[in-house]
Amino acid sequence: MEKLLEVKNLSISFTQYVQGLNRHDLRVISDLTIDVNSSEIVAVLGSSGSGKSLLAHSILGILPYNAHVTGEIKYNGKTLNQELKEELRGKEICLIPQSVNFLDPLMKVSEQAIGECKDDDEHKEKKIRQREIFDKYGLDESVDDMYPFELSGGMARKVLLSTALVGNPNLLIADEPTPGLDAKSVEETIQDIINLKKEGKGVLLITHEINVALKTADKIAIFYSGYVIEINKAENFNSADTVLHPYTKALINALPVNGFKFTDGVQPLEETLGCPYWENCPDRFDKCENHKPDLVNHDGIMIRCFKYEEADNGA
Amino acid sequence: MELKVENVSFSYNKKRQILKDVSLSVSSNSVVGLIGDSGSGKSTLCKIIAGYISNYKGSVTIDGEKIPDKDYYPVQLIFQHPEKTMNPKWKMKKVLNESWTPSQELKDTFGLKENWLNRWPSELSGGELQRFSIIRALNPKTKFIIADEISTMLDAVTQVQIWQSLINHCKANNIGILAVSHDIDLLNIICDDILYFKDINNL
Repeated sequence: MEKLLEVKNLSISFTQYVQGLNRHDLRVISDLTIDVNSSEIVAVLGSSGSGKSLLAHSILGILPYNAHVTGEIKYNGKTLNQELKEELRGKEICLIPQSVNFLDPLMKVSEQAIGECKDDDEHKEKKIRQREIFDKYGLDESVDDMYPFELSGGMARKVLLSTALVGNPNLLIADEPTPGLDAKSVEETIQDIINLKKEGKGVLLITHEINVALKTADKIAIFYSGYVIEINKAENFNSADTVLHPYTKALINALPVNGFKFTDGVQPLEETLGCPYWENCPDRFDKCENHKPDLVNHDGIMIRCFKYEEADNGA
Repeated sequence: MELKVENVSFSYNKKRQILKDVSLSVSSNSVVGLIGDSGSGKSTLCKIIAGYISNYKGSVTIDGEKIPDKDYYPVQLIFQHPEKTMNPKWKMKKVLNESWTPSQELKDTFGLKENWLNRWPSELSGGELQRFSIIRALNPKTKFIIADEISTMLDAVTQVQIWQSLINHCKANNIGILAVSHDIDLLNIICDDILYFKDINNL
């Protein structure tokens, strides 16, 4: 296994104008470190609004102009700058975007899946591949000539998935590929992601559906308010006892199959001085309010919580 | 009160019929789940019940009476993608007060933060926006809520928060809910009764 994608200390912030010319920096991702190896599926799981999609957008270089990015992203050992991103995206690195709004409303969906082609031969080749993939997802030939408004939500998702697979990528970034799909299509998507892994490809799966992450991923990173708070092996997520962070425990217990347990609180909108989960944490210490814990290795599990830092220091 | 859908048939074009003789009923104070494959016509049915589509065959009634389309429509649809239902050039305060002025108490139940109100829709997450679109639909004149995959895009913790607040409010105010979802585990927990779309659609 070799490292396909390395993200080190990535931070993203947006410059906003508030009242006239007063500018305000809004931090959305802070100090993110995550690796994806070849033949590996890494899931990034987090509450909505925690900045997961921006991670994908920064890897592909499609962030809006008012975004500021610091930190380092490497692909195959080479630093990914904007030029390299533009060269690789759509070929070696492909994205399944999150929102069905990413489809062009004025273009037939089969052409969107095929994408840009140099000449007619390439178009024919890709057309065959597009047809195969559409077939696999149960989109019959009548769908080829449809426009996005004619598709149901689930069909639109399948089209988005096909657009990424037609390109035959080395690294697939799947940004919420499954919501709104019926059980059978979810199963197919999962199978496709696993097949990519078997072919030696790397997958960064961004999702909030823990079931999908559990079925596919080797590692799961939990995202909260722009911070990675825990990176743990996928099998440890079957029970709230084997995950470490209090938010991760709340997340597992909130699943319908695990009791649909209610946990109060929303994530903070503004940058906090201390731990981002401090406000809602049941196990908080005094120092959590004003000090930020680092992401540390605790028995092979990466965790950002003083509770475990204390335990390690005491030992 | 009872919301009744009787023998509703509909097709967008001549090539394919989507709905055929669909019947179902939801009574106030109950949560009915509806589950089905994507593309099978669940959202179309939701739009018909909520009055967005009018050229269908069959009838949608409340207590046997046809629903008047002149006044406030008592059946409100909450969509899967809240970002598509809001004017991108309105601040959230205006979006929230579009239909009525919700009480502070209701805003607190849904965990709405005061500083969200001065933002644009694009500056909030799906989970945050969905809270706005639910509160907006809970006008006192609303008798039934059609929830079309409203928590599909949300994380598990937010999903519990939103469903608990919505169901508590609806039970207290005698509002019936039709909950459409793919997630059978979720429907098993929140619903009093579950319908399978393929059983009620006579295609």
